[in-house]
Amino acid sequence: MSPADIHQQLVRQFGDQITGANVTALDPWVEVAPAAIVEVATYLRDDPALQFDALNDLCGVDYFEPDAKKAAKFAHQPHLEVVYHLYSYSLKHHLKVKVKSPRWKNDQAGELPEIPSVSKVWLIAEWHEREAYDLMGITFTNHPNLRRILCPEDWEGHALRKDYAFPLEYHGIRGQ
Amino acid sequence: MSITLEDPRVIEFDVRTDEMLVNMGPQHPSTHGVLRLLLRTDGEVIYEVTPHIGYLHRCAEKIGENLSTPQWIPYTDRMDYLAGMNMNLGLALAVEKLVGMEVPEKAMTLRVIIAELNRIASHLVGMGAYGLDLGSFSPFLYAFREREIILDLFEEACGARLTYSYITIGGLTHDVPNSITIPSGLAALTRRSPNLKLSWLEALEMFLSWLEPRILEYHTLLTENAIFIKRTAAIGVLSREKAISYGCTGPVLRGSGVDHDLRRDGEKIYTRMYAGYDFEIPVAPFKKAPPEAILGDNWCRFYVRMMEVVQSIKLIRQGIQKYAKAEGTYRVPYKMTTKLPVAEAYLETECPRGQMGFYIVGNGEDKPLRARAKSSCFCNLSVTSELCQGCLIADIPAIVGSLDIVMGEIDR
Repeated sequence: MSPADIHQQLVRQFGDQITGANVTALDPWVEVAPAAIVEVATYLRDDPALQFDALNDLCGVDYFEPDAKKAAKFAHQPHLEVVYHLYSYSLKHHLKVKVKSPRWKNDQAGELPEIPSVSKVWLIAEWHEREAYDLMGITFTNHPNLRRILCPEDWEGHALRKDYAFPLEYHGIRGQ
Repeated sequence: MSITLEDPRVIEFDVRTDEMLVNMGPQHPSTHGVLRLLLRTDGEVIYEVTPHIGYLHRCAEKIGENLSTPQWIPYTDRMDYLAGMNMNLGLALAVEKLVGMEVPEKAMTLRVIIAELNRIASHLVGMGAYGLDLGSFSPFLYAFREREIILDLFEEACGARLTYSYITIGGLTHDVPNSITIPSGLAALTRRSPNLKLSWLEALEMFLSWLEPRILEYHTLLTENAIFIKRTAAIGVLSREKAISYGCTGPVLRGSGVDHDLRRDGEKIYTRMYAGYDFEIPVAPFKKAPPEAILGDNWCRFYVRMMEVVQSIKLIRQGIQKYAKAEGTYRVPYKMTTKLPVAEAYLETECPRGQMGFYIVGNGEDKPLRARAKSSCFCNLSVTSELCQGCLIADIPAIVGSLDIVMGEIDR
């Protein structure tokens, strides 16, 4: 099935929950509204024509330019993206799914945005979402165990945010 | 005659067992690095295993956002430090996919030779260390003797023994040398003069013909060893569905019976390197398996690695033949300051431990907006708690060892 066909099928099934697509990109992608991601993910996994049984990767991307001088030239609106790379072992095809979200919930700096968790759909998502929470600062709702995974529990901030401030001190260890 | 409670022959057991929390690691030798496993046990039986990772975390992805992509290559060496060449290759191909770069045939042939040679070295460590986990010391020594020669050969080719940065965007940093002095380990093993001069590829050929018959010895030492079979067969069974849902890749996936290898099933930019090569993909179940072994257990995962070494030798032999006829140079130049397009590319390659993915988001500058490294061991490790439920404490090193993890890649 070609990426354009997959996109068409998803639009037929979910209507305006499919908020965008680029089927001619290097890795063709489909954009899904955050509220519908679990439903769409379950459909992508279970539909006999799609059968995306594997989640190869899940990660967050922070589209933001902290430098005010460069921000004018920045090609994107500031936002966060969660990117799901899917693969089907039986049908051997790929799809990239994107979910866009504001950088902060209600535009309040420090309040993490919320996206529903897909850890019930693909078991590996549990760890990948913990990593995205830890490093990118995204709260995955309905996650069974949303704790930091790579950084210590008492670490402050989320390192892959573009405006992350490096700590000056951690338990008596001096920073930069 | 019925037995009553008052009967003196009835012994009442009033031994209450409490659950116990046992800490394994982060400095335990059988955890292959700094992995901490928190075990909840009832006596010897495991109820739950919680892996705690992150002791080697350097936030390599943040570093990658602050460097141009060629500058990030040395950091990929330090991810899976037992297979640095394969890590370099993964990043190089992802960037080549993003910028749409063509690599000459000669570079592709050399890349196959180098990547497969590193796969052998990595599987040798995996095999030797696994034997060590299960109390068999000698295979470890043999494995390191062989690996030493591979490292000597890598040193002759690129100057480094562990963190190579040899495969780079556009090809490789150097061609393999035409004339070297035979590595001392190889000279001693093959009883040649230590001053013998030969080309790098001749030395490689000599090493392969020496290594090939040794694989039978490893099978005698480990694979067919009764104690080894008792410790591995039917332990840590991972079903096909669970393996896929947990994102397991590489030997762990193929040990569970999924016939999938990116060298054959991957994206074209990767599989074209292997086009025209004749090789097989070992997938469990095996005909040679002992009767105790079942699909997806420790033994199968181990055996997949052993069989892959044979296939890698076959691939390198064909690569050497192709190299003589290959056209082009070993590298097309790629400037450090090349601006990446406003686009994104994700590519997975088949590394010794599974599918390593690199995701590069370009933003019109030389530095990427996002540099993501998806680790195969990270996904493979996530099945530990599933596999260890209900097994004994002594089985934990056998199960974790069979996943063959490298903490540098998990923590990044």
